[in-house]
Amino acid sequence: MDFKPSVFFEALTSPAFIDGVRITILLTVVAMAFGLALGLVVALLRASPWAPLRAVAWGYIWVFRAIPALVWLLFVWDALPQLVPAFKGDWFSAFAAATIALAMNEAAYAAEVFRGGLLSIDEGQRLAARALGMPPSRVFTKVIAPQLIRVTIPPLSNDFITMLKLTSLASVISLQELLARTQTLVASTFRFVEYFSAAAIYYLVLVSIFMVIQAQLERRFVWISRQTAGTSALSRVRQLTALR
Amino acid sequence: MSEPPVGHLLDAGLLGEPVAAGRQGTAEYVLEAIDLRKRYGHNEVLRGVTFGVHRGDVKAVLGPSGSGKSTMLRCLALLEPVDAGEVRLEGRRIGVRESGGRLVSLPERVLAKERSEIGMVFQRFNLFPHLTALGNVMIGLTEVRGRSKADAREIAQTMIARVGLAERASFYLGELSGGQQQRVAIARALVMNPKVMLFDEPTSALDPELVGEVLAVMEELAREGMTMVVVTHEVGFAKRVADRVIMMDGGAIIEDAPPAEFFGNPQHERTRKFLEAVH
Ligand SMILES: Nc1ncnc2c1ncn2[C@@H]1O[C@H](COP(=O)(O)OP(=O)(O)OP(=O)(O)O)[C@@H](O)[C@H]1O
Ligand SMILES: [Mg+2]
Repeated sequence: MDFKPSVFFEALTSPAFIDGVRITILLTVVAMAFGLALGLVVALLRASPWAPLRAVAWGYIWVFRAIPALVWLLFVWDALPQLVPAFKGDWFSAFAAATIALAMNEAAYAAEVFRGGLLSIDEGQRLAARALGMPPSRVFTKVIAPQLIRVTIPPLSNDFITMLKLTSLASVISLQELLARTQTLVASTFRFVEYFSAAAIYYLVLVSIFMVIQAQLERRFVWISRQTAGTSALSRVRQLTALR
Repeated sequence: MSEPPVGHLLDAGLLGEPVAAGRQGTAEYVLEAIDLRKRYGHNEVLRGVTFGVHRGDVKAVLGPSGSGKSTMLRCLALLEPVDAGEVRLEGRRIGVRESGGRLVSLPERVLAKERSEIGMVFQRFNLFPHLTALGNVMIGLTEVRGRSKADAREIAQTMIARVGLAERASFYLGELSGGQQQRVAIARALVMNPKVMLFDEPTSALDPELVGEVLAVMEELAREGMTMVVVTHEVGFAKRVADRVIMMDGGAIIEDAPPAEFFGNPQHERTRKFLEAVH
């Protein structure tokens, strides 16, 4: 077996590698943020009382779930500047292109998650909030949004992990993220096993860190009081039946 | 196991004077419905509903399932637009405004303001699961009335104690019984200091042994002079507490009489049949 631990550890700690990780994290977070925002807009359009808006949202989801992320990424990077002169400027970096492409891809999936979440919230919630006299914006931010966040954390966490892995596609448009850095180093050393293993380790660690964050987030959205939070699930069930 | 309501629910010192107090007493009715009509597609649900509620009166509404009772309450609470007719609050027409000689429905933001003067209690409580009992009672004060968190907390805490739930203020709704949830829902509406309270079958979703604690709060409220419209199947409550009882059938009011008359000598054959069925 040809595996040199020293090369492996050198790869793990090399500054070029760590810089690639930094770009991977940055792209994941930024593309996800834009993707969620756009996805929420698309989901709200899909629930619009006005049919043309619903059709636009439906079309968006249809198109972007069908097009492979890699195809769309290459389209944005190579074809978009030919199509729209505004994208010929210096600002249109590989990072910007990857952000746009991945965010638009994510939005189609996030929109479906949000739509399902909105449907799962009892109509009585909106009714009660309106009856209290809340204007529409408050109904959404104070009553609907917290419940929407709770039900969408698990599926959107899945999307986040998918996004983290999708950022590796940006290596084909020469964005110097983790995979691109790995390939550059491999090309000069031919130590495939060590370098790809190191990259895999980094993805594993990043996803693991995120899973911890997800668990923490989910805990914040468990709506039970301190009195009952400490007790086990079984005794909680007993307590609830006793209350009735 | 839950403390009985301690009463003193309507307290100007706690809640402040009712909004637009100057209008008080000028109109005959606090809440008035004039020829309300509403249809869903081809289904004519309200076919000209007219009645008024005097200040401090309790109006009980009876009627078979599907007769339009909930729809009527939603229209009165401005949660749904009517096709025709008027809703008047203290004599002032609400929900619409005149524009170029025509009546148009108010925009949602303005409707929201008007709704805050009408309290609504739902059959299924509709408490907010992401908030504690206290949070549920506070939210109208902070988000609609613009009160500070500290003020709102104090008022909400007091009101929760007065519906007998002081010890449960920090509980979420999964940790409250149905009866307790409904009392929180009543407190949530009450702190807004509404001019009238609408109840849509407030005890229908409750286990029989929990009905009493909710009715007790409502009776106390009636005793203290709250103007109320109560859709209910609790004939006992209607007899004991209501000043007038309405019978709704097929989207219209077919009987409107004081309880003694309504239950003792109903004029309408349908009312007689209905009363026999629920007894
Ligand atoms: N949002 C709606 N869309 C369409 N039809 C509706 C809607 N709400 C109510 N209806 C219809 O209006 C009629 C009256 O319903 P409503 O809920 O007002 O009756 P109700 O007297 O409250 O009955 P119940 O005692 O069962 O609560 C029913 O035929 C119902 O199907
Ligand atoms: Mg009903």
